Amino acid sequence: MLGKLSWNAIPWDQPIPLIAGSVMILVALAVVAWIVVKGHLPYLWHEWITSVDHKRIGVMYVVLGLVMLLRGFIDAVMMRSQQAFAFRAAGYLPPEHYDQVFSAHGTIMIFFAAMPLMIGLMNFAVPLQLGVRDVAFPTLNSTSFWLTATGALLVNLSLVIGEFARTGWLPYPPLSELRYSPGVGVDYYLWALQISGVGTLMTGINFVTTILKIRAPGMSYLRMPMFCWTALAANLLIVAAFPVLTATLGMLILDRYLGFHFFTNSAGGNMMMFINLIWAWGHPEVYILVLPAFGIFSEVISTFSGKPLFGYRSMVAATMFICLVSFMVWLHHFFTMGAGGDVNAVFGIATSIIAVGTGVKIYNWMFTMYGGRIRFTTPMLWSVGFIVTFVIGGMTGVLLAVPPADFQLHNSLFLVAHFHNVIIGGVVFGTFAGLTYWFPKAFGFRLHEGWGKAVFWLSLAGFYITFIPLYAAGLLGMTRRLQHYDLALWRPWVLAAGVGILVYCGALACQLIQLVVSIRRREILRDLTGDPWNGRSLEWSTASPPPPFNYAVLPDVRGEEPYWQIKRRAIETQQLSAEPDYQPIEMPRNSPTGFITAFFCTVTGFALIWHIWWMVGLGLVGAYAVFVWFAWRDREEYVIPAAEVASVDRARRRARAEWLAQDAREEWLAAHPQPGGSA
Amino acid sequence: MSATEALRQEHRHAVDPYKLGHGHPYGGGGRDYATGRGEGGPASKRVIVGYGFWIFLLSDIVLFSCLFAAHAVLQTATAGGPTGPQLFNPTSIAIETACLLASSFTCGLSAVAAGARNQLWTQVLLLITGILGLSFLLLEARDFAAMVAAGAGPQRSAFWSSFFAVVGCHGAHVTVGLLWLGTMMAQVFFKGFRPNIMRRLLCFNLFWHVLDIIWVALFTIVYLIGEGR
Repeated sequence: MLGKLSWNAIPWDQPIPLIAGSVMILVALAVVAWIVVKGHLPYLWHEWITSVDHKRIGVMYVVLGLVMLLRGFIDAVMMRSQQAFAFRAAGYLPPEHYDQVFSAHGTIMIFFAAMPLMIGLMNFAVPLQLGVRDVAFPTLNSTSFWLTATGALLVNLSLVIGEFARTGWLPYPPLSELRYSPGVGVDYYLWALQISGVGTLMTGINFVTTILKIRAPGMSYLRMPMFCWTALAANLLIVAAFPVLTATLGMLILDRYLGFHFFTNSAGGNMMMFINLIWAWGHPEVYILVLPAFGIFSEVISTFSGKPLFGYRSMVAATMFICLVSFMVWLHHFFTMGAGGDVNAVFGIATSIIAVGTGVKIYNWMFTMYGGRIRFTTPMLWSVGFIVTFVIGGMTGVLLAVPPADFQLHNSLFLVAHFHNVIIGGVVFGTFAGLTYWFPKAFGFRLHEGWGKAVFWLSLAGFYITFIPLYAAGLLGMTRRLQHYDLALWRPWVLAAGVGILVYCGALACQLIQLVVSIRRREILRDLTGDPWNGRSLEWSTASPPPPFNYAVLPDVRGEEPYWQIKRRAIETQQLSAEPDYQPIEMPRNSPTGFITAFFCTVTGFALIWHIWWMVGLGLVGAYAVFVWFAWRDREEYVIPAAEVASVDRARRRARAEWLAQDAREEWLAAHPQPGGSA
Repeated sequence: MSATEALRQEHRHAVDPYKLGHGHPYGGGGRDYATGRGEGGPASKRVIVGYGFWIFLLSDIVLFSCLFAAHAVLQTATAGGPTGPQLFNPTSIAIETACLLASSFTCGLSAVAAGARNQLWTQVLLLITGILGLSFLLLEARDFAAMVAAGAGPQRSAFWSSFFAVVGCHGAHVTVGLLWLGTMMAQVFFKGFRPNIMRRLLCFNLFWHVLDIIWVALFTIVYLIGEGR
């Protein structure tokens, strides 16, 4: 009746997952209870869960990403503390648990923290920057989000029901085959990723279509903000790479569930094929994560240097170059496979060449700052910290790209330090720069600067104190994923890394304080004009938070940095543009389709993991029924009357007019000193 | 006229010359001859839906390319068991191919009928498409059953694993396509030729034709090259 599921699936004898899981369940129940008791449930259902507004979906993605970032961080603390204790000792995590911790850490950080954070920021900012009202397929967008949430839920469910994979974040066969991993851990991994992978693919399709087909009038490709370009590149990579992940994991599923022989070490299976295929997805994946971060840095550096982005066109070219070449380097993840000197040389050279594209970007950012009037706000600090940190990570990457050196460093902590260097320095710093930068646009008030800077400095210090020692330990031969070790030579470096993670805990505390302080002081931090940073791209031209329709009339784009031009013109003429002719706006109606589909996908996934076949059937039939029910609806859109559009936009124009009267005149006079005159 | 005054004039002139937000969310007035491209503003819904669906189909082709690659790698990994040419049934494969290609033709005709807003012919042609697709599936299932009976199930060797995965994945796509086709017939019957139904028919047509394209690749790589070995 319940397949492999029984009471024994709950780890009664292991206090750590049991307590951690119980705490998570209690917190979740407490949040739900609070929502219900306070009567927020209808609001949450109508305004968020069923919302197809790209801004709301973006915020939900970011919230999911931050919660999962916290979960992955706790795993990291466990690993570093285990290694700090486990010198000639067993430590406090038994090997089978430690293996689950490092597998869950990698899986959660990449798929359920970094991906939702980046996709969330793209969701929020890209349609605003393109000057349009939503993405191409709003309901699909909601479905994508809820499928990602399903994957995250399944991974966290493994904490209390059953176990998680012990195979590392990429389940290499034959270890991940049924013979060597008979438990449900790998199945949790596989179905969580298959379901959320479909969601990610749908996001990719949605955004490629949006960016290529839905832009404000006049917004030609070479007038798009840099973040839109990098989002386009990342989403093209998603469309091309995620089907590879789906196919590869699908083959492993067939091996495990139906006795196929793709990757087994009997009957002709070929496990190196898995490693080739998974990295054919895996290497583009790192660029899917870091390219949007590059876009964020471009926006932030340009805004806070008060200058247009230096070398915009070379930046576009470098982005698309990286997009293409990222598919031609996958073999550098396993030079030790033994493909031979020639093959390794080709991939080693391709890997070094991809650094050229990144180098172009680094110089462009530096030249953007050069001669600029730089404001060192929190997002700018993250960006400058990124440039320094990422260059170090890039250089160790080029070292690893040399096959003979790679043979020494393969699977060592040097590698671990390298990819954390680029992912933390690139993706995490980029996320926090983007969050601080767009937070006022999303919520109407800025985050507290002082605490934000504390988060930055502690993160920066925490990063270096954690990972520079790991480079050293790696050079001394320490391999990754050690549950315990006996070599005294490594001891000081491991302890130093442990100190680093403590510093990082300080950053986490500051981050939480920053959120609380900012919310409490939101009236002081209020952004009244919609343009808190003196921004340059279109999202700053609308109100903060933007109305559901983003723009009362779609902007008329006449060049790069359209909002900067509009603003300059308004300041020079000392008046806003004439009031437009307001018209009713049609917007897509909210729909619970995504949420209900994801519910049935959760049921299906859980049933597949535990071999509960009747429940699999139930879930699939349910998902199909939702699909037909959605397809059957007659009204897809609702109309916002012209009067409402006008009243919303007039409020925005009033705020703008006030700002123009006060600040702009002073700024204008400061920039253009009047000979002999006074203001 | 001062420079400031000129700017002011230009500014006034620039306000929403496109009259967007009418009829449907994107476009309506404006330079609709070039919407969706260059500086022409957002494309029409029909273009957006068709374009997005093409992107999905390309991703689906990438998925198949992985299965093709796996099949190519495992081509000789028969582990001492039967090889492909020993068990392929060329007659059956030829009939399957004919069914599928013919169904693509009738599917195209149904698009013509839908374009003419002809309910009867749209339904008849979609039904014929479905019957041809179903025949294809039944024949394929019979082939699979014969292979399994001859001791060449997917568990026999890596070669047969990859064979059943790639051919079976195409079959699964046809099955989903039939489910979609049935849903579309019901939608056309009850909802008529509304713009959103027409867009769905467009997507279904694209899907069905791409299944043909994949079958052509499959026929070449799995059966023709397989036979030649």
